[in-house]
Amino acid sequence: MEADLDEVIALDERVTTVRKAEYWQDLYTSYQTRRSGERFFFVAEETNDRGEKHVRGFVIGEVRAWEFGSTRCGWVFAISVDPDARLAGAGEQLLHAISNAFRDIGVETMRTMISRDNHLLMSFFRGEGMMAGPYVQLEKDLI
Amino acid sequence: MKLQIASLLAVYSVLELARDPDRQLSAAEIGTTFGMSTHHLAKVLHTLGRAGMVRSARGAGGGYQFTGNAKRLTLLDVIRLFEPIGEHESGREDRGADTDAGRALTRIFNEIDDNTLATLNSVTLSTMLKIMQKSAAAPNTGTEP
Repeated sequence: MEADLDEVIALDERVTTVRKAEYWQDLYTSYQTRRSGERFFFVAEETNDRGEKHVRGFVIGEVRAWEFGSTRCGWVFAISVDPDARLAGAGEQLLHAISNAFRDIGVETMRTMISRDNHLLMSFFRGEGMMAGPYVQLEKDLI
Repeated sequence: MKLQIASLLAVYSVLELARDPDRQLSAAEIGTTFGMSTHHLAKVLHTLGRAGMVRSARGAGGGYQFTGNAKRLTLLDVIRLFEPIGEHESGREDRGADTDAGRALTRIFNEIDDNTLATLNSVTLSTMLKIMQKSAAAPNTGTEP
């Protein structure tokens, strides 16, 4: 998995146009060392004609409890599929993998948060059966 | 929220037709399913046809057939053909709109509109059909009184 990290960083940069190497490295280290039974970092690999495997997608999430008054639930923090590898079911497989991982440890609800402007991702989650939950995200400018 | 009648007819029609894109249904058949006037429905189906979402088949046994892409078409795409849903009504001449109270209220209404727009624009016809199938499989689930 550590060998995949560089590809995850590159894929995330390609999709979001923002490079966050330190963020992903910190996250990976944290997921390896604490609460590893409740934290999940899955990748979708594709094997090319030369037998080489490359990361074409990833999903990351963990179980959280009591923040915002919420009982224990599984949070999907990020899911991404290489634009060249979309429409082949990778996103669905990644989401199903993390859903199953949450379910296997007794989690009954899965949540995520999406930018209102990200129609593609919102459509994806809704297509996988997710609906708006009972929480509202509020914010305020501090400068 | 409440949709205008034409928008509601349009959503019901595309969903009924998208259930089985190989099937043709007449306006009367769709109207019977939803208890709606064939006269109104014919106008709605004509608009949906101009938008490329359905096509009419002439001749004996003709009817309407779904021709859109259910995985791409959203509720917003359908509803917007019939009403200006979710758009900030900037420049509207509501009384008091230029006051501080009016501007504060507009800000809240814009927040509601933005959420409405995002929701309708993220629900594809394919997602709606999945929700319908799930609902049909478990018709008694829902909020207890």
